[in-house]
Amino acid sequence: MSDDANLESFREEARAWLADNFPSAISGRGAELVGMESVSRDPDLEKWRVALGEKGWGTPTWPAEYGGGGLSQKQAQIIDQEMRKIGAFNPLPVMAGMGITMVGPTILEYGTEAQKQKHIPPICRGDVFWALGYSEPNAGSDLASLQCKAEDKGDHWLVNGQKTWTSGADHAQWIGCLVRTDFDAPKRDGISFLILDMDQPGIETRPIELIGGSSPFCETFFNDAKADKDEVLGELNGGWTVGKRLLQHERQSQTGARASGGAAAKVTLQDLALKYVGADDDGKLADPDLRARIADHLMKAQAQRLTTQRVIAEAKGNHKVSAAASILKNAASAVSQEKDELTLEILGHQGLGWEGHDFQDHELAAVRGWLSAKAMSIYGGSFEIQNNIIAKNILGLPETTQKG
Amino acid sequence: MAALTEEQELLKEQAKSWANEEAPVSKFREMRDARTEEGFDRGTWKSISEMGWAGILVSEEHGGVAMGHLTAGVVLEELGRQLTASPLLASGIVGASALALAGSDAQQAAWLPRIADGSAIVTLAVDEGPRHAPLQTKLSATADGDGFVLEGRKAHVLEGLAADAFVVAARSSGSAGDAEGLTLFLVDGDTAGIDRSRLSTADSRGYANVTFTGVRVGADAVMGEVGGAAEVLDRILDRARAALSAEMLGTAAQSFDMTLDYLKNRVQFGQVIGSFQALGHRAATLFTEMEMARSCVEAALTAIDEDADNTAVLCSLAKAKAGDFLHHMSNELIQIHGGIGMTDEFDAGLYLKRARAAEATYGNQAFHRDRYATLQGL
Repeated sequence: MSDDANLESFREEARAWLADNFPSAISGRGAELVGMESVSRDPDLEKWRVALGEKGWGTPTWPAEYGGGGLSQKQAQIIDQEMRKIGAFNPLPVMAGMGITMVGPTILEYGTEAQKQKHIPPICRGDVFWALGYSEPNAGSDLASLQCKAEDKGDHWLVNGQKTWTSGADHAQWIGCLVRTDFDAPKRDGISFLILDMDQPGIETRPIELIGGSSPFCETFFNDAKADKDEVLGELNGGWTVGKRLLQHERQSQTGARASGGAAAKVTLQDLALKYVGADDDGKLADPDLRARIADHLMKAQAQRLTTQRVIAEAKGNHKVSAAASILKNAASAVSQEKDELTLEILGHQGLGWEGHDFQDHELAAVRGWLSAKAMSIYGGSFEIQNNIIAKNILGLPETTQKG
Repeated sequence: MAALTEEQELLKEQAKSWANEEAPVSKFREMRDARTEEGFDRGTWKSISEMGWAGILVSEEHGGVAMGHLTAGVVLEELGRQLTASPLLASGIVGASALALAGSDAQQAAWLPRIADGSAIVTLAVDEGPRHAPLQTKLSATADGDGFVLEGRKAHVLEGLAADAFVVAARSSGSAGDAEGLTLFLVDGDTAGIDRSRLSTADSRGYANVTFTGVRVGADAVMGEVGGAAEVLDRILDRARAALSAEMLGTAAQSFDMTLDYLKNRVQFGQVIGSFQALGHRAATLFTEMEMARSCVEAALTAIDEDADNTAVLCSLAKAKAGDFLHHMSNELIQIHGGIGMTDEFDAGLYLKRARAAEATYGNQAFHRDRYATLQGL
């Protein structure tokens, strides 16, 4: 059979399997049931998670031997398309925290056979939630200056220090941390990537409240916490390389503008503007300056989406992490933040509500969204750090002489 | 989306090496300094035609190679990099598109083979004032016996001095601003009553103001439907806009490459200036804009080839984003080069001048943002 015919028969298979296994009761309710800060314990959702996990289709392109689907990128796209058609969704990337988007691909690349056997199958089943310990209070974008340390105690590692911005650490089972394992080496050469079990007395977490209210972020403290001796991912003191690779996966996972998905996408900026600002006699938005700026924004958003598509197309279906991720991340953050700014401006005074019945839910959500989205150009390597990466890795400019 | 085919990659290489060797920006400078009357070099045009590019959109039955708009864009981008001046856009793209979309069988048979082999230049005469505004057409077409009499003036007609024929947007009824009442005519350049005056412009390309005084044409000069040309004119213009966007992308990409090269080689304060974070970030921002503009241009050209429903939206998007990037890039080209960028001896000025002319042609960014907003129901 030709490739196309094979794909068509796979589409049939996918459609049939989804019909048999996706509970129609949760159709179209993905955004409502599965959020970064809370995952519903809906029994249908639980049934769906188990079915997806057994089939390996929550991680369709991962190797089947570790619990993935063992499928091609094209087959994964077909599953995605067929799911959309019936309002189905894949909850596992959110349920696994950083497990599917970042940690899993990195373990698959750098892990030992034993690490893969131990950590990958539970991620594929959506059984475990992963957090990441990268940032530290005084390190910020200067990641290599981290101080959290792990000492070799013969049969285990002893970890002391503090991490911050650890998303979901308060309900994570595992955390992957960058820790200093050699204090005498040049700062990038003494770091290791260490995996710790969160369920132990030496680890405490504290949620961080942000300007938009509650957040998924935590501070995480290690006081004589322990990690198994064989839980270093990649080479000892080679954590900088592993950590950078993981960050590429992170950028890749942050390249879609939020506007493109979720329930919020149903109401467009155009609709909102015509409702709150009104139209003139020709049917055009009554505020011509705002109209031009919204059009400009919609163009940027479309350009960003087209660029994401082009990067994927040019990789010829081989969806690998590339340097382009920095461009896409910066563009996606800028577009998303601009959309939030415009939304607030369109809503006027109704766009400044904090709580209470004087404001509609979507108005309150707009305010919180605008504030929380300010983090997009800070986390995962700030806007400036991405520009450094573009300048150095894509354009071949020399390492900057003025650290920002 | 545009992962280029092997054929397109080969053509890109061919166009790039031809432009570098046979029509580089130094040749454009020579033409400018010689104040060449027509705004392009006839030898360059002959070479372009011999390579088949003048017929790149023309069907095979009419002597062209029918390679499509995305492929045409690949060539135009490479010519845009060297500011190669020729009637390729005005005739091979816009003239050919007008005939393909609105021409009668007889008009196509008479003109398409000559467009394809470069022996005739057919250009669109649409705007009448300083800004692109097709619906504002006032040039009148009054029925007279079995034909029409054209009366009025067209401004900034591309290759207007060299054109052998004009596709003229005229008003056969209604008044300026109406979509109803527009008619296209194919008018031989030798027709009595046509007067052209050469324009000397900052970008040193070929433009003319063309006046029509009692110009009599037969009924066979009408392209398409009398009074109902607004829609097809828009489709012709969209092809023009997308193609010009590809040329602009090339002009901007070359400006970017020149700037990047300078950042890597120019030493100040004892260091290569590209190591200064403020300049590195500007380069990164420009590169990001370039990637976005390229996606839009390729999407518009692909949409035309596929006759997609959102072609108009994508063509406005492409012209606006290519315009935004070229505008920003050409300013940065001068600024980052500093004093040398201001000298006529250096090429930056040639790119800056061409940038503004291309932006204004077939609708600037403001025009297309407005059109885009309307198409999005805003």
